Amino acid sequence: MGRLKTITRRSFLVGSVAIGGGVAFGTYLAMRNLPNPVAATLAPDEASFNPWVLISPEKVTLITPHADKGQGVASAQAALIAEELDIEFGQFEIDFGQPDQAYYNTAMAEEGVPFMSTDTSVVAEATRAVMGSAFKILGVQGTGGSTSMPDSFDKLRYAAAIARETLKLAASQQSGVPVDQLTTKEGAVHLPDGSRIAYTALAPLAAELEPVSDVVLRAPSEWRLVGQPMERLDIEGKTTGSTRYGIDVDRDGMLHATVRLNPRKGGVLNGYDASAAKTMRGVRDIFEITNGVAIVADNTWRAFKAAEAIGIDWGPAPYPADQADHWDTLDASFTDDHLDRTWRNDGAVDSAAGNVIEATYRSPYVAHQPLEPLNATVLVTDDQVEVWTGHQMPVFLQQQVAKVTGHDAEAVIFHNHFIGGSFGHRLELDFVKQAAEVANRMRGTPIKMTYSRETDFAQDFPRHISMAKGRGTVADGKVIALDLQIAAPSVITSQMGRLGLSVPGPDIQIAAGAWNNPYSIDNFRLRAYRASELAPTSSWRAVGAPGAGFFFDSLLDETIHAAGADPMAERIRLMTHEVSRTVLETVAEMSDWGAPLAPGQGKGVAFVESFGVPTAEVVLVTDTDAGIRIDAVWVACDVGTVIDPVNFENQVEGGVIFGLGHAMNCEITYADGMAEQANYYDHEAMRIWQTPRIFVKGLENGTKVRGIGEPPVPPAAPALANAIFAATGKRIRQMPFNKFVDFV
Amino acid sequence: MKLTVNGTEHDVDVEDDMPLLWVLRDELNLKGTKYGCGVAQCGACTVHLDGQAVRSCQVAAIDASGARITTIEGLAQQDAMQAVQEAWIEHQVAQCGYCQSGQIMQAASLLAERQDPSDDDIDNAMGGNLCRCGTYPRIRAAIHTAAQKLQGT
Repeated sequence: MGRLKTITRRSFLVGSVAIGGGVAFGTYLAMRNLPNPVAATLAPDEASFNPWVLISPEKVTLITPHADKGQGVASAQAALIAEELDIEFGQFEIDFGQPDQAYYNTAMAEEGVPFMSTDTSVVAEATRAVMGSAFKILGVQGTGGSTSMPDSFDKLRYAAAIARETLKLAASQQSGVPVDQLTTKEGAVHLPDGSRIAYTALAPLAAELEPVSDVVLRAPSEWRLVGQPMERLDIEGKTTGSTRYGIDVDRDGMLHATVRLNPRKGGVLNGYDASAAKTMRGVRDIFEITNGVAIVADNTWRAFKAAEAIGIDWGPAPYPADQADHWDTLDASFTDDHLDRTWRNDGAVDSAAGNVIEATYRSPYVAHQPLEPLNATVLVTDDQVEVWTGHQMPVFLQQQVAKVTGHDAEAVIFHNHFIGGSFGHRLELDFVKQAAEVANRMRGTPIKMTYSRETDFAQDFPRHISMAKGRGTVADGKVIALDLQIAAPSVITSQMGRLGLSVPGPDIQIAAGAWNNPYSIDNFRLRAYRASELAPTSSWRAVGAPGAGFFFDSLLDETIHAAGADPMAERIRLMTHEVSRTVLETVAEMSDWGAPLAPGQGKGVAFVESFGVPTAEVVLVTDTDAGIRIDAVWVACDVGTVIDPVNFENQVEGGVIFGLGHAMNCEITYADGMAEQANYYDHEAMRIWQTPRIFVKGLENGTKVRGIGEPPVPPAAPALANAIFAATGKRIRQMPFNKFVDFV
Repeated sequence: MKLTVNGTEHDVDVEDDMPLLWVLRDELNLKGTKYGCGVAQCGACTVHLDGQAVRSCQVAAIDASGARITTIEGLAQQDAMQAVQEAWIEHQVAQCGYCQSGQIMQAASLLAERQDPSDDDIDNAMGGNLCRCGTYPRIRAAIHTAAQKLQGT
């Protein structure tokens, strides 16, 4: 890793770099040649070189800087490179690389703008370019927002194509055979006489060459890997127990730590008594850290046990202590002075004539709680800091750790790991800072800090709560007008605030999944209200769309029923966006929408667009004596290009289960400033016996490649609520639904 | 005390009540068995005690002493395990993968009891194993495939 660190620290205006007998290929030149709005804003002195292909005389290494928390992007990134490099799985190693601003996420920047994904106007595109520059300067090397594939799709293939053509040039010089008579296959350049020169053998020569930059990407019809089922590179390790997650890190002389932190998140530590805990077996040290106490021991369990034996006096919460006050705050925020933005004002909602329905909806705090508890291993010495964990924001991690230990950010070496789930949890840095604080006190000793599950629940910054008030107007059996108001605290303000950053302008997440819906409703108004900050919150898989998408689609469904129209037919009538309409038509066909149902059965449909992916889901439920049974779900969505159909299906199934499970039975509530839910028995989501049959279809009519990690989540809750209504006549307007119905 | 893990006897100096999970992970450095919840709610720590699937976070070290302990690292040595792992790869089950050691240990235990489990059998046996990524449909399919492999069909 030291080698990688050196090259990414230096700035280059070229597409390759010689390194210790080998060569690294990146894409600066390729980006300059692309019709890419972000590339157009690159000043020459801003450009830095970021490698994705490293070839040494010994091996080929592909850099996959997007963090893999289960979504399979390590494999997908490698596949994009391998596609153009002509190398097979098994012939290369992968490496997560070192944090570097050069790996800034183009697509994440583009998605953060207040324009609909369907809007390709000059203003929208220009804003995306400006946002890209900001992300570059901030060094937002991030994984999130379902952007790994949009960000990587062109960049990585260009990097590989540059590498391939430069290797061919090297082979040509070495063999005397003209380049146009050379081919590449299976990690080697092939000569007309049938002989081959391995890429590794060409590395020293290639490093001396000006890289070939006028490369052309292959047409989709020539793809060998993209679009085909692959065996994920991480699948064997994850099936044999040999994958090493951050929590499995082991260093010589390492000690195990845990922390007790004020469960009133952000509140202070007034005092503590560790006299009993200090005498317990294996305990090496107990000391105060920011807002809490650290326990260092020779074994994780001994640290946990000692932690429980400490008596602590905690300060009050810096937010309302009781849940009712959080809801009251939202309820009081539908006022002009809280108006964050009027996102849509199509037609004339107030003068639309017809019968009116009104409804109020709620979406609760929900915890992330991936199965790998938060943990980080840190070794601080006077010269440098090493960090072993899995994280989605490597550059921010470096900066924050450096602040804690007093080193330069460049002295922080980060070893990223496969992550045992995230759903947004590993965007946060508090746990890494706490580990650094402990390790800084114990310089020279590697410290692995692990949260207990209870600490993880207590310290989780959950999905934000939100509330909506909706009015629907119907006439002549049709939806005439929708008027939706959504109030929520700003999750972006909360999350970025912890990094010391403020984000100007409206928070696109307050009404995400609602404001950007591609329906053409004659009269449609959507207003978002920013409530004052309450408990700290963080991005939770799909961020704003699980709440706001639930509000919008529920209101639409209620209004359609009030009109006496068919939920599917009326949605299709209102959907003029071609790609989205095809999604709805596809899910109608897959689910045999109009087919007669057995007694007690009901079908519900929902459509939510998030992260540029129009997604429609149909849920079939049966109202049984024991409660609601979810029988089947059909999903159609459009990501432009499906990279790996097997992993795609897995992600969609998982997203549906995630969306359904949390809508069924999960919420975080506060009492006395503390989360009332402490472990999975309080916040269970879906179990295997509740899992329906799930049928998935990925469409490829969209023009941009999109990510699939998040988009299947938002439609699940409204589709389930709509199905329950169809089966029982009971309309559920709040998550979790188990407050109103039982589930089998 | 003495613990026999994957056929190897180990001498460990731990408290009688230290959960087997933490003996495996922190004392014997067998990291395939995972900590998820500590209260038998997730199944990530599932190992076999004399062939029976148990939550190692709930088994005191002293109670495991004298038993045959098998972890994910040791399962590959057994036919049933190989079939399960092959099926898991065939169906590309894992996403984050963190729960899968426990899922596979539980599935192997189920298949040792029932050669051809129904969906209901699978749901009953696997109900205590949480997968936050939602790989349940593939777990079901992989168990059916593993059952077929074991029956040689």
